[in-house]
Amino acid sequence: MRIRIRHTTSYAYDRPVDYAAQLLRMTPSEHASQRIRSWRVTADGKALARTDDGYGNVMHLFTVARPHQGATIVAEGEVETTDTQGVLRDSIERLPPRYWVRTTAPTAPDDELRSLAREIETFSDPIVRLHRLMETVRARVDYVVGVTTVMTTAAEALAKGSGVCQDHAHVFIAVARLLGLPARYVSGYLWQGGSETASASHAWAEAHVPEFGWVGFDPANNICPTEKYVRVAIGLDYGEAAPVRGIRRGVADEALTVAVDVQPAQAQQ
Amino acid sequence: MPGVAFDEMGEGEQGRPQYAQIRDWLRATPMDLLAQKRREAEFVFRRTGITFAVYTEGGDPDRLIPFDIIPRLLDAAEWNLLSRGLEQRVKALNAFLRDTYGAREFVRAGKIPEALVLQNPGFEAAMQGLSLAGGVYTHVSGIDVVRTGPGEFYVLEDNCRTPSGVSYMLENREVMMRLFPELFGTHRVRPVSHYPEELLHTLRSVAPPACMGEPTVALLTPGSYNSAYYEHSFLADEMGIELVEGPDLMVDDLVVYMRTTRGPQRVDVIYRRLDDPYLDPLSFRPDTLLGVPGLMAAYRAGTVTIANAVGAGVADDKAVYCYVPDMIRFFLGEEPLLANVPTWKCAEQDDCRYVLDHLAEVVVKDVHGSGGYGMLVGPHASKAERETFAEKIKARPDRYIAQPTLSLSTCPTFVENGVAPRHVDLRPFVLYGKEVRIVPGGLTRVALRQGSLVVNSSQGGGTKDTWVVDG
Repeated sequence: MRIRIRHTTSYAYDRPVDYAAQLLRMTPSEHASQRIRSWRVTADGKALARTDDGYGNVMHLFTVARPHQGATIVAEGEVETTDTQGVLRDSIERLPPRYWVRTTAPTAPDDELRSLAREIETFSDPIVRLHRLMETVRARVDYVVGVTTVMTTAAEALAKGSGVCQDHAHVFIAVARLLGLPARYVSGYLWQGGSETASASHAWAEAHVPEFGWVGFDPANNICPTEKYVRVAIGLDYGEAAPVRGIRRGVADEALTVAVDVQPAQAQQ
Repeated sequence: MPGVAFDEMGEGEQGRPQYAQIRDWLRATPMDLLAQKRREAEFVFRRTGITFAVYTEGGDPDRLIPFDIIPRLLDAAEWNLLSRGLEQRVKALNAFLRDTYGAREFVRAGKIPEALVLQNPGFEAAMQGLSLAGGVYTHVSGIDVVRTGPGEFYVLEDNCRTPSGVSYMLENREVMMRLFPELFGTHRVRPVSHYPEELLHTLRSVAPPACMGEPTVALLTPGSYNSAYYEHSFLADEMGIELVEGPDLMVDDLVVYMRTTRGPQRVDVIYRRLDDPYLDPLSFRPDTLLGVPGLMAAYRAGTVTIANAVGAGVADDKAVYCYVPDMIRFFLGEEPLLANVPTWKCAEQDDCRYVLDHLAEVVVKDVHGSGGYGMLVGPHASKAERETFAEKIKARPDRYIAQPTLSLSTCPTFVENGVAPRHVDLRPFVLYGKEVRIVPGGLTRVALRQGSLVVNSSQGGGTKDTWVVDG
């Protein structure tokens, strides 16, 4: 299906700040299940210089080095997707699967995560394990907005028993790695059909299974990604794949407005 | 402990020719004159402000590293062997890094366990697929060398991140020339004072290819609280380049600029003395205030050279150390000129058992430690210390390696009760830009306590001037 995305991030400061920098990972890459028909990232209406990171994620850097009270970043374009039952094909992989068992602070194991891993371990087939893991994560962590933050770790989210897609992905990744399966974080978009407001930025996980390669798992929705998913960036955890990582110098209160519009392209024609 | 250590100067029949005049000088000079010279040397160091903060509790934060006034001498043949061996080693370490962040042929060929590379804390995925100016990762390396016999040199460890100590090499020479001009009249000592020039030349030679005209180089320091801050400001001064802290730099449109009174000035090469995790809050530790937001994006865009390269630490890990001789064979097709110290990897079961059974004989090191912290010198440790360490090894065998307790060579040293032999090592500094350059000698570190084998300044070691002498 053809999906149109418009992702607007606006910052407003209550007094001028001298300097701000944002590192953006907002550009989807191509592989068998998605083709980019058009895409651009602009900040305050201007195009930004682009580069990539070690994983191949496209990065743009937006810096403002003069007193300013706000900025607007827009990522928009159209992507054509195909359903591959969550199996990733023809993606550019710069690192071998075994890299993706590295532990990071947000995905560090604790006793509860270890005990969850032992439950899952009873299934021998890796693909069965991962499906079971996806269901279990969804069952143990309720989808509740506002109880966790971008700093919440997998261990904390599991202990709380609630969180958002980012937390589901972190718990899934942490346990998969405990089972010795390479796993990574994916940030992207999901068209949820129907109402416009239900469509948004999303996060899920991918795990590597020898016979299939990389396979997507969306524990927040308990399904493998379909043609409704647009895959943007990968990382060991949220911090490496986040759409925006920013910093600013200056004392000011910030009002952040994020609007993500995901629509089937046909609907607008 | 193995028998009597090899002495660099030697006595009687064993006396080594390059020390002939030093021997005479030591015999002819009364102790109180040596003591007075030592006080003069200390006075000069205090006045220059050369200090080294040591990471232990209490104590004088601006403590001087003790300086010993008796030089350590190497003759031309010894230096020839050392410098060829060092060049070979650094070229292999660099080739390993280029390969690690590229095709990983060394791993593919089964020469090193994949996990040791990919799971290594020093491995930085942000470097993957990035091609660097001149293909250079290790622009400045400090290779620690020890000696156990006339022609027996061993590399103890490689330092490929931000090795320090070169300012001591330079200052020690300055002080010696001031205190003992007559010794320089009777010896042909190869100069070291051109090191800053060589360093600047090296850094400029690896500016991004797109850089037109004379590249602008800046030295990035964590700031005045860093233990090596004196060296940072000293080197920047000597090279005539700007000494900057993170907030002095900014990235715009993927280009790095330095704030100056005349407005922003483009920076082509950053000689950083700041560790990887602190370089860029947008790519590494988000809480760092020492770094430059967006620096990694500029680096990946190829507009700036960072020396040493980000991720170079995977080459100087103490577990990776064991594989350096194979790197030399694999990448250069040569046999190593300088040997590794035989090393047991506690990560391997048989090795680990051997180490635990022989703790009283070996030196155990934390693979991620430096500065002499987290190590056990078996023969010098108490039973209780060894037992505590055995538990640490059992808990995390992969964190430890062990080596035989080498009988490091000794060098005459002026201590409280006269001139006596003390164990020494040597850290030569190897520069790698368009080609490899090594200033003759390096920094000799000396363990001042009798019998001690730990030369690290953080553990009470001192330094000596190192002379490469001709004929």
